[in-house]
Amino acid sequence: MRGLFSGQGRWSPGIVLGSAILLFFGLMALLSTLLAPYDPTRIPERLQGFSLLPPRGDHWFGTDLLGRDLLSRVLYGARISLLVGIVVELVVTPIGVTIGLFAGYFGGSMDGVLMRTTDAVMAFPGLVLAIALTAVLEQPGLLSVIIVLTAVRWTSVARLVRGQVLSLREAEHIAAIVALGAGKGRIIFRHLLPNCLAPILVAMTFGVASNILAEAGLGFLGLGIQPPMVSWGSLLAEGVVYLTAKPWLCVFPGLAITCTVLGFHVLGDGLRDVLDPRLRS
Amino acid sequence: MRNGSLLTIQDLQTHFFTGEGVVRAVDGVTLSVRPGETLGLVGESGCGKTVTALSILRLIPNPPGRIVGGTICFEGRDLLRLPEEEMRSIRGCAISMIFQEPMTSLNPVFTVGEQVAEGIRHHQKVSRREAWDRAVEVLRRVKIPDPARRAYEYPHQLSGGLRQRVMIAMALALGPRLLIADEPTTALDVTIQAQIVDLLMGLQEEMQMAVILITHDLGVIAETADRVVVMYAGRVVEEASAEQLFETPLHPYTQGLLESLPKLETGKRHRRLTAIPGLIPNLLDLPTGCKFAPRCPKVIGDCWPTEPELREIRPGHWARCILA
Repeated sequence: MRGLFSGQGRWSPGIVLGSAILLFFGLMALLSTLLAPYDPTRIPERLQGFSLLPPRGDHWFGTDLLGRDLLSRVLYGARISLLVGIVVELVVTPIGVTIGLFAGYFGGSMDGVLMRTTDAVMAFPGLVLAIALTAVLEQPGLLSVIIVLTAVRWTSVARLVRGQVLSLREAEHIAAIVALGAGKGRIIFRHLLPNCLAPILVAMTFGVASNILAEAGLGFLGLGIQPPMVSWGSLLAEGVVYLTAKPWLCVFPGLAITCTVLGFHVLGDGLRDVLDPRLRS
Repeated sequence: MRNGSLLTIQDLQTHFFTGEGVVRAVDGVTLSVRPGETLGLVGESGCGKTVTALSILRLIPNPPGRIVGGTICFEGRDLLRLPEEEMRSIRGCAISMIFQEPMTSLNPVFTVGEQVAEGIRHHQKVSRREAWDRAVEVLRRVKIPDPARRAYEYPHQLSGGLRQRVMIAMALALGPRLLIADEPTTALDVTIQAQIVDLLMGLQEEMQMAVILITHDLGVIAETADRVVVMYAGRVVEEASAEQLFETPLHPYTQGLLESLPKLETGKRHRRLTAIPGLIPNLLDLPTGCKFAPRCPKVIGDCWPTEPELREIRPGHWARCILA
């Protein structure tokens, strides 16, 4: 284990590139108040001549229908999008991992109950469930977005870990450690979990990416965070009406989402290479 | 008859309850191991050697398997009656087991030093640092070159022979009184096999522990074992000192096993190896009499109705055959 995080794991190009991309967007989110040239919610007194401006010198990304500076809005949107993506993943992963470990290791009725529940959540269309949940929660907003996404997004981690554990459980090295006196707790947490760690970390990076997309989807339906907050998803939702005529409204937030998701994926790939000791030189 | 023994198995019965019926994988095995001795456990695949070994450690997968009868006495305690908690403290500490597959028996995500040290820390309250130092010391004992550096390597960086040495180190770290080695050399190259066998025997002498060596390789048995137990279809069919067994095998099955070994004889270059005809019987459908009767070259009418008892034919030499 110690080798996984110490200097023994070498930096792969994927980790460097992925981290660089994410660092860029992370700083963007953190420093948005300083970097943004305008107040993202400021509506000019006279809309004429400011509404739906194409990108130009004083508005690099152009402006939206209400004349608000799109660059400032994308910068501010990074905060909510990254926050939702990361927080949801941090909440969801321990839940999914625990469920997967227990279902996989104990099997039998424990596995049955846990996995049928997982299946049920998975089989239900995520968006419909999210809509239903939002309705129950009444007030759409940041917290409800996080709750709703948490409720639907733990399933894939649980499945992933259970699958890993199922094959690991029969592995010779687990049998060997049992023969040398290991108990359940030691097997699960000292042997099975570390063996799943690499795929879990990789899945987390992909998970953050999907969470950002899911938040965008909710925002698109108007069930995400509410104005005056901005996220990349809500920007897309606003811009889609003008997709053909004023494409920059969607292109810039879309690019931000794409690049961030890409960054997480590249990082995930790099992590996978470094975390698997067999792939290390 | 078996005084002063470290481990005594009496009439062990381990059965597997499958959809097709009850498989009596081990059916009435009785054997004993004295402190410091090497007991060879020989037989074809599926004769119950490994199940016997796993029964000793109570590692029979349940379901479908269950130990349905008998006693396993280790240092005066019946292992079959111990609570699981106590059993765990025996595994790896007083009784250790190593397996056939060194390539997959180590955890791929930990360094070998960590794996040895973890076992030490699990059974004894020692600091991380001390456990590590002791792990390196054990790795040195199993003759891993440059153990202080090798301890930081991952299993995939080691050869099969070195991995088996690490497995042995893990098993011996706590100085067990009994080591069960289940085909420890089968998956290795012949040259490495000899080294591992030498290592095991050297360590056994050094540490004064008993070894149950499970193998189908009679050559290894001849080199190492003090006594040999031959198993067939879940039963002991012959038990003798290694010398007696190789000199005058009494059971036709043992005779067949010995004859099937290649021999170096001048002038007879093209002599074919003798095989034992037929296959091991289906454990779901065993003959009522001697289980070996269907394959036995010396079978007579009396072999069929009842199963012969294990009898002491000569002092210390037991066989389950009416002809012996």
